Amino acid sequence: MQNKVLVIGSGGAGLVAALNAHEAGADVTVLTKDYPTRAQTSMAQGGINAVLKHSQNDSVEAHIANTLKSAHGIASEEEVKKLCTEAVDAVEWLDNIGVQFSRTKDGKIAHRRLGGASGDRACYAQDYTGLKILHTLYDQVVSKNIEIKNDRFLLDIITKQNKVEGVSVLNKRSGEVEIYSTNAVILATGGYARIYDKYSTNAVGTSGDGIAAAIRAGARLSDMEFVQFHPTALKNSSILISESARGAGGHLLNSKNERFVDELLPRDEVARAIHEEMQKGEDIFLDIRHLGEEFIDEELPQERKLAKLYENVDPATDLIPIKPVAHYTMGGIEVDKNSQTKVSGLFACGECANHRVHGANRLGGNSLLELVVFGREAGISAAGYAKKVGVEASIDKTEANNFLNQIKQYTNEADFYQIRDELGDIFYNNVGISRDKDSLQESLKTIKDYISKLHLMGVKDKSKIYNTNLIEFLEFKNMLELSRLVLKGAIAREESRGAHYRSDFPNEDEAYAKHTIVDINGVVAS
Amino acid sequence: MNIKIKRDEFVEYNVAELKGATLLEILNYIKTKIDPSLTYSSGCRSSVCGSCAMRVNEKEVLACSYKVQDGDVIEPLKNVEVIRDLVVNMDKAYEFNAKSKAWINKSASTPDVSQENEKLNEVQSDCILCASCYSACPVYAVNSEFKGPFSLTRVYKYVSDVRDSDAKEKIDVIQTSGIWDCTLCNECTMVCPQEISSKADIEKLRMKSTQYGYMDPNFGSFGGGLDFL
Repeated sequence: MQNKVLVIGSGGAGLVAALNAHEAGADVTVLTKDYPTRAQTSMAQGGINAVLKHSQNDSVEAHIANTLKSAHGIASEEEVKKLCTEAVDAVEWLDNIGVQFSRTKDGKIAHRRLGGASGDRACYAQDYTGLKILHTLYDQVVSKNIEIKNDRFLLDIITKQNKVEGVSVLNKRSGEVEIYSTNAVILATGGYARIYDKYSTNAVGTSGDGIAAAIRAGARLSDMEFVQFHPTALKNSSILISESARGAGGHLLNSKNERFVDELLPRDEVARAIHEEMQKGEDIFLDIRHLGEEFIDEELPQERKLAKLYENVDPATDLIPIKPVAHYTMGGIEVDKNSQTKVSGLFACGECANHRVHGANRLGGNSLLELVVFGREAGISAAGYAKKVGVEASIDKTEANNFLNQIKQYTNEADFYQIRDELGDIFYNNVGISRDKDSLQESLKTIKDYISKLHLMGVKDKSKIYNTNLIEFLEFKNMLELSRLVLKGAIAREESRGAHYRSDFPNEDEAYAKHTIVDINGVVAS
Repeated sequence: MNIKIKRDEFVEYNVAELKGATLLEILNYIKTKIDPSLTYSSGCRSSVCGSCAMRVNEKEVLACSYKVQDGDVIEPLKNVEVIRDLVVNMDKAYEFNAKSKAWINKSASTPDVSQENEKLNEVQSDCILCASCYSACPVYAVNSEFKGPFSLTRVYKYVSDVRDSDAKEKIDVIQTSGIWDCTLCNECTMVCPQEISSKADIEKLRMKSTQYGYMDPNFGSFGGGLDFL
């Protein structure tokens, strides 16, 4: 009997899923396109929301209410309850496995305030929360001797009659396509905010590879039009400055040194307020000078380092120039109550999935929480499924590497790196903080044009060994596919809700208080 | 401005228009505008994912945080197999984490961690596994099985943690090709982008080891009569 679970992706969600599937008795292998500790999770700074036993003036009910409010009517109350109720357990578990949370004077896990929260609720490890969680999870995976295969790029999920049979991956080192037979696959491959290219806080590999593979395999996606812009990225480099800087009392100022918004509103509202100021020609700055050097070095050491290094300013003495850029994608793979997609045996968790907990706008501190709560659910569900199915998956191996062979025939008349740049510009300008029908439709036309010209692009580097030119082209192809779906969703939603703001329909419309669901052919329900 | 990059052989690139840019920005420029076959790793571009460690003028840096100077010579990390250009194979290096049992042995109940406890290994838990220290370490020239600076720092992180229930297991495994093989040369400290000193952690682990009854094996050889003959 086969009892295998394959986890694709090795960020926080993937590693939590792997640990839980392993504990549930499955034979787990993790495939990652780089190395586990290089994942996007390492970049999460602010914290992980949890109302703990020692929390004061806060409650799980308040966490639920804040999350639902920020989601603007399109989160699932049941899933949000699950998320917030299991938060205590999630953070206690992280504490138990050795995460170095910052502490209060009496040795309890410290809390800090993030936007949209009615209490100090985010547990944190200075401003390295994601880094320390990710590395601790990795050490646990190593301790369980769970197999990790590095440098494997996901090509396709192989299915038969809507059931998972395995996956095909490109071994970056050998240049060979490898096929892994398995009945159960967990996707934990991250979001798609790199569509915005240089206008994104995200790591360069955040190209939605798993989401694109899922829809090709027959899964559905939802709410793809909801892309969160983080209010405070460094102006020149788009590198993130954590919301905890505002949580601690940091101010947003325009060129006239005036504050213009309550800095602790949810991210969609703050980003929009900044956007409006910028439209008036204002430069925007984050000011944390009044917090004092000692506080900054203790609580926000990474922010100081990043501002110095990438913006040439010292937050202890200078204003920090900022702009809002794409940060987190609320949309993703549709999953049921067991984190399973429409394809039997295909599970998803983390940013690539849409567990309907963030709705139209995610709260800071809820994504690290999500990856623990739903990583666990996906791991346990997949292990249960693998045990139950029991029949060996068998794959016709000849079908698997079709599209790689096709790409080799592409003519290379157009430079995809240049078009990747253009895609970022188009999305930032037309599918960004403020959108309207004309610019969305024009963008869709351009994207369709790019897609139809893919065969004129392709790779110049013909090497088999570690061909990052090819990998970047495959990522670009995935991003183009997802761009089209983001646009379809954004065009269909003729209202404004959370992160999706339509200047031609500036109000929330009850008729759209529902999810936009797409499959490979386009919108199936909205 | 010219820089040289070690590929099959050294290749010189003119990047005059990119004064003041980080090395990663320059590599991206070369790849997307001049030569798409140039091969390197990158991720977060903000010094926290550990992907882009390499050597500039024989010193380890993160490409995303190093500002390029005219005449710089760029090479891959040392002590690891080069896969292509600046990309190296980290598998063996990372396996030393497993060989050092660098993880927590969970306790049945989690004790409170005081602020003082937390400070004991706060900086060690800032490690991004970029392997700059591993590349700079001279011990690999004589012992390829040396558990190495980042794994030993990780061990220190856990043995100094009040939540760990079995420090001895870790102390036992780092006696061989571990803490006593280090020459305390401090190269690891000099190149760490996170200001961690593995050398200092190794010294602390040596003290800890003596508490568990271990002795510096380098001392032993002086007293051994037969060795002397």
